[in-house]
Amino acid sequence: MTSIAAPAKKKLTTSAMIASFADPGQKTTPAPFGHALARLAEERSEIVGLSADLAKYTDMHIFREAHPERFFQMGMAEQALLGAAAGMAEVGLVPFASTYSVFATRRAYDFLCLDIAEPGLNVNVVGALPGLTTGYGPSHQATEDLAILRACPNLTVVDPCDAVDIEQAVPQLASHAGPTYLRLLRGAVPRVLDEYDYTFRLGKAAELRTGRDVVLISTGLMTMRALQAAERLEKDHVDVSVLHVPTIKPLDREAIITAADRDRLVVTLENHTVVGGLAEAVASTLAFAGVGRRIVPIALPDEFLAAGALPTLHDRYGLSTDSIIDRVRTELTH
Amino acid sequence: MTSTHTIAEAPTRQERISRLRESAHRIRHNALLMGEVQGQGYIGQALGVADILAVAYCDQLRFRPEDPEWAGRDRFLLSIGHYAIALYAALAEAGTIPVSELETYGSDESRLPMSGMASYTPGMEISGGSLGHGLTVAAGMALGLRRLGSDSRIFNLLSDGELDEGSTWEAALECSSHGLDNVTAIVDVNALQADGPTATVLRTEPVTDKWRAFGWHAIRVDGNDIGALVDAFDAASAHRGAPSVIICDTRIGRGVPLLEDREKAHFMRVEEHEWQIARTQLEEGFIR
Repeated sequence: MTSIAAPAKKKLTTSAMIASFADPGQKTTPAPFGHALARLAEERSEIVGLSADLAKYTDMHIFREAHPERFFQMGMAEQALLGAAAGMAEVGLVPFASTYSVFATRRAYDFLCLDIAEPGLNVNVVGALPGLTTGYGPSHQATEDLAILRACPNLTVVDPCDAVDIEQAVPQLASHAGPTYLRLLRGAVPRVLDEYDYTFRLGKAAELRTGRDVVLISTGLMTMRALQAAERLEKDHVDVSVLHVPTIKPLDREAIITAADRDRLVVTLENHTVVGGLAEAVASTLAFAGVGRRIVPIALPDEFLAAGALPTLHDRYGLSTDSIIDRVRTELTH
Repeated sequence: MTSTHTIAEAPTRQERISRLRESAHRIRHNALLMGEVQGQGYIGQALGVADILAVAYCDQLRFRPEDPEWAGRDRFLLSIGHYAIALYAALAEAGTIPVSELETYGSDESRLPMSGMASYTPGMEISGGSLGHGLTVAAGMALGLRRLGSDSRIFNLLSDGELDEGSTWEAALECSSHGLDNVTAIVDVNALQADGPTATVLRTEPVTDKWRAFGWHAIRVDGNDIGALVDAFDAASAHRGAPSVIICDTRIGRGVPLLEDREKAHFMRVEEHEWQIARTQLEEGFIR
């Protein structure tokens, strides 16, 4: 029997599917979505929750435990999940339906589009593992969900940065009369925006920092990275502004034009493919308004991504804070 | 439908059937009227399901024609969007839309588009057309209404072609798993779909066994026999603990021999001079 020598150095591993993207020692909040929904349900009797065999993996289990009679298990059947959510909204309930983003967008898109968005129903679709937040490879990585859903009429699309965003977004999504899609961050979710003078407002971007040299226009968890990059660049006397754009659709065009129409480097940051997401939304906003600015897109490449450990993958594909800083420095020396 | 107290006033089964036969006849007449406007289309299917719609709209469904949004109504979901011609014919018979509006079918600015859409037509509950959606929405409505304490019932008319769609079976599992006895699916087995006979496109038989295996209370009837339909709907309504499905074998073009005997087509062409013949045949068949 032959034995295989152990590798000399321990490599990072993919780990559990629910691997957190939080940095070591970072302040986090457990399951902010599930707790926010459970709290909201105390106030609003028409709130219900559904999942397609992924309650436990979308933080919906918190809601299920708090309100078991208002949780509906649909089984591993995403088309029926979204069709049923539409039916519930048709009779006056306000459903939150959770699954993974890949299944909500790729597998059940016809149901999201025709049963939910076309009639303009108040159904809130909650997609976990958006962009590159799992190391399981393309089957689980929803790298193009924003590209698909930005093109869907009537739909409001939200990409929250952290637990603060999620907690504040949930009641606003429920109050919004039309359909919404929330890119879910789950498990131990970083809590960073409470350090800033910030409140989530549906449809609005927010300037979290001002800066003369660079503006980082970011969405989702990339705002957390943008803030980290801005702080470190400040030590090198690079003055960096951060505009957080948690609502991807409808886009706060006015805030984007105001931010970009100045003599400073414009960088967009998103946890999504470079095709059809924030970068192209900002580019078209500027071009349609006649603002001729070059923008530097920090986004995932137009590729099926590798499997592996998240820190490794975020480094490889340019989403890590170090990668952002390198990119900004390079662009500034051009 | 009857009780010892009201038996004197309640219509007999024969009276119900006789009345529904007249309704079905008028629904067919309405459908021919719309078919002629377009000159072609889904007239064969409309004639085939006229008896089912007569029983649903004129005997079974609880609704208010003058108030289609009434919260206490039973819901009838048409997932087969192209059967809209049949549903408009039934909604006109039910008094939800005026008969005079039928001539606008499929025209610009009409409330009666070729493929049924909820936002266009009073009484149209969902926008069908992308097949395999209706039963998923029905399941959600049924769960929601049950949670809200409503005793309203949900009916979903789907085609045998729609049994090809996986989502139909996802929803079938969902309905039985949740014990949704407020759901009744009605499957129009006309044995024809867009590319030809169902048996040659994708074999779905044995249909009844499939529904039973999915936990449904399944009844199979001649979908052009009003008496059998009345009995089946009554049985479905009385059944508790599981959803019911009424599998209806129907004949495309039923009531108009010219169209019954024509080579079967999903989208049927009818020549201009044939519409009068069709109407005459429909009248003759009804009087007989």
